[in-house]
Amino acid sequence: MSVPLTPEVLAIDAAAEAARIASGLRDAVVNLRRRGVVLGISGGVDSSVCLALAVRAFGAERVCALMMPETDSSEQSAVRAAEVAAQFGVTPILENIAPALDALGCYARRDRAIRDVVPDYTEGWRSKIAIAGGRDGTFNYFKLVVQSPDGTQTEHRLPHRTYLEIVAATNFKQRVRKIVEYHHADRLNYAVLGTPNRLEYDQGFFVKVGDGAADVKPIAHLYKRQVYALAACLDLPEAVRNAAPTTDTYSLAQGQDEFYFALPWQAMDLALWAANHQRPAAELAACLGLSHDRAEFVFRDIESKRRATAYLHAAARLMEPVPLAFG
Amino acid sequence: MTKNCMDDIKTIVREFLVRDFLVGADVQLADDTSFMQRHVLDSTGFIELISFVEERFGFSVSDAEMLPENFDSLANIEAYVRRKRG
Repeated sequence: MSVPLTPEVLAIDAAAEAARIASGLRDAVVNLRRRGVVLGISGGVDSSVCLALAVRAFGAERVCALMMPETDSSEQSAVRAAEVAAQFGVTPILENIAPALDALGCYARRDRAIRDVVPDYTEGWRSKIAIAGGRDGTFNYFKLVVQSPDGTQTEHRLPHRTYLEIVAATNFKQRVRKIVEYHHADRLNYAVLGTPNRLEYDQGFFVKVGDGAADVKPIAHLYKRQVYALAACLDLPEAVRNAAPTTDTYSLAQGQDEFYFALPWQAMDLALWAANHQRPAAELAACLGLSHDRAEFVFRDIESKRRATAYLHAAARLMEPVPLAFG
Repeated sequence: MTKNCMDDIKTIVREFLVRDFLVGADVQLADDTSFMQRHVLDSTGFIELISFVEERFGFSVSDAEMLPENFDSLANIEAYVRRKRG
């Protein structure tokens, strides 16, 4: 008889897992002939856990932690990131990426695209993108939420081209951060850590050649609940352990489930586990208190996102195989 | 609406899909081929298709109308466009 579908299926021995990852991280970095690691820290639980694991693996002196705020970053994120770095004896390097983003036209291109939909949008306004639909059988679509300087919020369905323009502009943020990370990796002869959890990695919630680029991804096999279990085991600050996952990319606060996932992370964890273990939709529906139709939609959505984001994982296609001695 | 006009709707949408999604690949789209089941379109693909239908046929698609029943095959799109045009 199979294990019933409850959050307990995701229970792990966090201390043993932390030791296993630290050991695996050392092996991976040595195998890459690097001497330490670089990672960006956002104050979120994923990058904080990775920082703690990296310090355990290499010692604080071989961990280069970068704080890379830009115009739309939350100040709370920076405070939490600095707190975690201090706890683990790492002095973070502050790299303000706003001037680089400005020079690339990140903000101007984004705002120009937004004005296709909201002509009055200018300085002093805030915005975010939210996922909509998916219920009652309708297709998923994206809406733009804008807030005028007087605090009035309005929502607008995004035409496909405008959605692509906005996302292409904001993707500069993840890509510029990766450029800065590799700059420090080159200078120090370090490897770059990527910090996606399993939900993000499996469902393609990352920017290609942005936060998706890395030499090692130490927690990509862990469901979000398991990352929080490691955070508790590694004694991370309460503020980090209680932080809700956000994108920290748009000027209005934006939860990950608002932008990308069909369900809040607690439920997505179980849905992904259930999908990976071929559990029926009826069992997921009962576990999460969803209708059967909704549970089936969630399974279809998981498959659909895997298919749609396969390109993000794909290495460059070659016209014929090219053998590499040390590939 | 005459039969020719209805054929035009399917022809216009088929040409759009072949040009923009299949990039000329040799995939036969029958009138009742499900774009979802054949993986011709993913969810963002449907949004692109809906934007195309709005622009090409000159009406707005409401959020509640963004359904497979209206967009998941050439026949469904034709019937939907015909209803919208009244």
